[in-house]
Amino acid sequence: MLTLNCPYCGMDVDETDLHAEGEAHLKRFGPGSSDDEFHDYLFQRQNPKGVHFERWRHIYGCGKFFHAARCTATLEVFGTYSAQTLEPPKDIKDAITAKRPGWTWGDFS
Amino acid sequence: MSTRLTSGGRLVNKNKAVSFTFNGKNLKGYEGDTLASAMFANDQLLVGRSFKYHRPRGVVASGAEEPNALVNLNEGADFEPNARMTTTELYDGLTAKSQNHWPSLEFDVGAINKHLSRFLPAGFYYKMFIHPRPFWKYVYEPIIRHSAGLGKAPKDRDQDRYEHFNVNVDVMVVGGGVAGLTSALAAAKTGARVMLVEQTGHWGGRAVVDQPEIDGISAEDWVNNAVQTLESMDNVTVRARTQGSGVYDHGYVLAYERITDHAPTKEAPRHRLWRIRAKQIVTATGAIERPLSFAGNDVPGVLLAAAVRDYAVNYGVSVGDRTVVVTNNDDAYRTAIAMKKAGLEVPAIIDARPAATGPLIDDARALGIRIEMGRGVAKVKGVKRVTGVAICAQEGDGAILEEIDCDCVAMSGGWSPVVHLWSHCGGKLNWDAEAAMFRPDPARPPLGADGEGFVITAGVANGHLRTDAGLADAHAAGLAAAKAAGAKVAKSKAPTAVDADEGAISPVWLMPQGAKQALRSKAWLDFQNDVKVSDVQLAAQEGMESVEHTKRYTTLGMATDQGKLSNINGLAILSKALNADIPNVGTTTFRPPYTPISMASIAGPARDELFQPIRKTPMSDWHTENGADYEPVGQWRRPFAYVRDGETVHDAVNREVVQTRESLGLLDASTLGKLIVKGADAGKFLDMMYTNMMSNLAVGKCRYGLMCTENGFLSDDGVVARIDDETWLCHTTTGGAERIHAWMEDWLQCEWWDWNVYVANVTEQLAQVAVVGPNARKVLEKLGGMDVSKEALPFMQWREGKIGAFDARAYRISFSGELSYEIAVPASQGRAFWDALLEAGEEFGVMPYGTEALHIMRAEKGFIMIGDETDGTVIPQDLNLQWALSKKKEDYLGKRAQERTHMADPNRWKLVGLLTVDGSVIPDGSYAIAEGENANGQGNTQGRVTSTYYSPTMKCGIAMGLVHNGPDRMGEVITFNKVDGSTVDATIVDQVFYDKDGEKQNV
Repeated sequence: MLTLNCPYCGMDVDETDLHAEGEAHLKRFGPGSSDDEFHDYLFQRQNPKGVHFERWRHIYGCGKFFHAARCTATLEVFGTYSAQTLEPPKDIKDAITAKRPGWTWGDFS
Repeated sequence: MSTRLTSGGRLVNKNKAVSFTFNGKNLKGYEGDTLASAMFANDQLLVGRSFKYHRPRGVVASGAEEPNALVNLNEGADFEPNARMTTTELYDGLTAKSQNHWPSLEFDVGAINKHLSRFLPAGFYYKMFIHPRPFWKYVYEPIIRHSAGLGKAPKDRDQDRYEHFNVNVDVMVVGGGVAGLTSALAAAKTGARVMLVEQTGHWGGRAVVDQPEIDGISAEDWVNNAVQTLESMDNVTVRARTQGSGVYDHGYVLAYERITDHAPTKEAPRHRLWRIRAKQIVTATGAIERPLSFAGNDVPGVLLAAAVRDYAVNYGVSVGDRTVVVTNNDDAYRTAIAMKKAGLEVPAIIDARPAATGPLIDDARALGIRIEMGRGVAKVKGVKRVTGVAICAQEGDGAILEEIDCDCVAMSGGWSPVVHLWSHCGGKLNWDAEAAMFRPDPARPPLGADGEGFVITAGVANGHLRTDAGLADAHAAGLAAAKAAGAKVAKSKAPTAVDADEGAISPVWLMPQGAKQALRSKAWLDFQNDVKVSDVQLAAQEGMESVEHTKRYTTLGMATDQGKLSNINGLAILSKALNADIPNVGTTTFRPPYTPISMASIAGPARDELFQPIRKTPMSDWHTENGADYEPVGQWRRPFAYVRDGETVHDAVNREVVQTRESLGLLDASTLGKLIVKGADAGKFLDMMYTNMMSNLAVGKCRYGLMCTENGFLSDDGVVARIDDETWLCHTTTGGAERIHAWMEDWLQCEWWDWNVYVANVTEQLAQVAVVGPNARKVLEKLGGMDVSKEALPFMQWREGKIGAFDARAYRISFSGELSYEIAVPASQGRAFWDALLEAGEEFGVMPYGTEALHIMRAEKGFIMIGDETDGTVIPQDLNLQWALSKKKEDYLGKRAQERTHMADPNRWKLVGLLTVDGSVIPDGSYAIAEGENANGQGNTQGRVTSTYYSPTMKCGIAMGLVHNGPDRMGEVITFNKVDGSTVDATIVDQVFYDKDGEKQNV
């Protein structure tokens, strides 16, 4: 059972107090997008062994959504950060690079 | 025979006799006995039958690793199957029954299987029962089900209490032997918060039996001092009878405390599950002795060597008068010495090693014990108990050199560290060929949230079999764990210990090493699952190359003991058969829990009314007092109908519908979700959430709205009211309030976080009553207050004010087709308002109605219900709700998806009304039958029923359904299937059955 640090509460939170909300940093495609773009937005998801970015919600706490960067293979957590960003902040990327040099995920590296 | 000794028995109180029964026989033991030791004291060697061949089985071990001695404990509500005798502490009145026997333990018909064992080899079930196919379901499975299975399922409801404790600690130490105590002391003295658990009721593990000297005093004194010190420290929690059962991600540990199993009482909880978050975990879980694989090693009276001396030292019982020790290591000599010193005979020590020297061997020789080096056991003699052993050369093929009479065989194949907890969460192992054991690899520990290891093993569990090295290791582990958990660690000295020097072990996986088939097929690896050396060899021959395959093919290491005794021996045999090294064959996966824990402890207090919270409206007590027949709706319980004396539920529903349509009904609508959406951008936001426009809704007005998911499917619906310039109130379905609230938060927090909108779920702040029927206005006017006339409060508008003495917001909305007001009052006024309506409505014959009447009335009007007409695959267009899809808006959630080809396909099933030709009610879930069959030979379908009821208004069955091209097929008769195999014909009609022009609601 994971523990993640809620960036809003600043506390380590048990997985039972959280709700997994799927992949982070999805770009929404709406009317006017091509079939392929919209298909990928709806259905295509990363499934990496290694570095991954996820959305979580502190559902039995502050109710805030936040993002977590973690390793799906070892369950190491590189950091959590606000969901109100289009890409992982620098300190998170640096933390990942320190542990997993050369990592890539989607358009990020 | 096995008996109670006059000396020894450090754990039993010989002044206090305890009575118990085994298979109905009255027996006596002492306080402090385990059920196993008490059975030995009563010369009850035979305790059960094996799983497959029903061979006689006796106790093999003295602890949690016991595979054989499983019993059904107690009766009625206290019944418990598969209790291990070795971990069941004796108490007065205990009743135990053996398992797996019929008709009796002494005479078992199933034992015929043992003569058939040639025909029941590994994989027998897979090979035998495949053909003919139908035989599996009707012949083989029922027979196998009847004769298989360990224990019986309890029949009565468990009356005991169970609870959970949640704790956070810095260092969790599992194991109360001298290593665990050392680790706990080392960590505790740094000031770290420490929890120490021990699965048995006693501290000190093996050391208090084998008595090394620790820090210059006896092990027993040292252990007592250590426990006292730990118990006196404020930063330490110490728990005996508590097993560290499982280690999970990020330092989560489950510990299973058996509080009253040893002294049953209803005053205290029976089991307690500790849910622990530990920064670091030290597993000082010791080791388990391995059996030796020789023919007849499963005969009652053959035990692990250490178990034999445990019973003598701890409980003062001897397993036999004449004990032959069979070993490949020095440690087992301690058993010979202990038995001899207890005044019993040790006819011989059979040592498989060609030669060995050391102080323990010298001691044994000095006591006059005959030692046979380079020898093995060819086979054990005896059926229900050991009568002797036949000796052979270990290097040979089993030619008998000599027979020795004995009634106990103490075997030792060496020790396997208990690496389970280390491995639960991914800790890796190294094979130590010299010590013949798997040891935790400290370079590959289970990793925590920070990417660093969070488990450290200590002492014997880390492969240090000698006390001094073990204590030094445990001390270092305790300090390392405290440091990793953030404590300031100063250098401190580890305890020192003195015990007898031991020579090297020589691995023996088969005895004798060249044993022929006849011997190998009687040499047991897994006592619980009846797996022999020959079975594993057969599995290898038949291509089961992976240890995981072999496990499943042979059942090696399955069931309640999970191969604690058998795994290493089994995989050594497998590796030899595959010509591979042991580390290349690997182990099966260690999974929690370490031993089975009670299901009830997992449930804990979450049962009965605490199983899940039940949400109640302010009027709920009235409902209960007035015949409410409840149905669950989310976590709410809503009245399905209010049943009066002499009525069926169906009668009540029909009465409620008729009375509401003819005069006046009340519905407790408080459970409907109510979300306040407020802010400068609230209108823009709601235009994205709903398919239709909400931003242009005028203050004071209401509008019905639909919500879709991003893939276009209908998700929720409800009436939205514009409260003021910046505020909307969104009604959701009863079950949808929390989900839709979360959905809105998701978009606001993660997509449009720059929009100025706030959402609050006020569902429980308000009580809401639907006042419905031709007399609805009259009853409100009678209460007085706000003007509820057609002119002052038109249809689809709302007003705020007083109704009677109540602070009300009245919505002119209708889900029934009648004149209807939904009136919200503060929750605190809900019950009084309800009572006032009932009193004022008496002259109109007011009747509260339940959810079924609500459903019927909305279906009579052709209104859809989320969850009935929708199932996650239905889009608004399917339900003829195009009118609610804004064409003006550039975007809303679901809009893009509804342009996808499958969504825009004109061939989708669409909503229509259905009237049966014979007036009957179409069964729920019926499908409309079409011509032909599909590729699987199933009949084709052309539609399905989504809602179906008896309409008391129409006095016939009515239904709605999704039908292929339905709206274009009005008047056509189609056929629906029924559960009994027959069919019913129905005419496709308009979905609105009642008051098509809406005259009744708009008055």
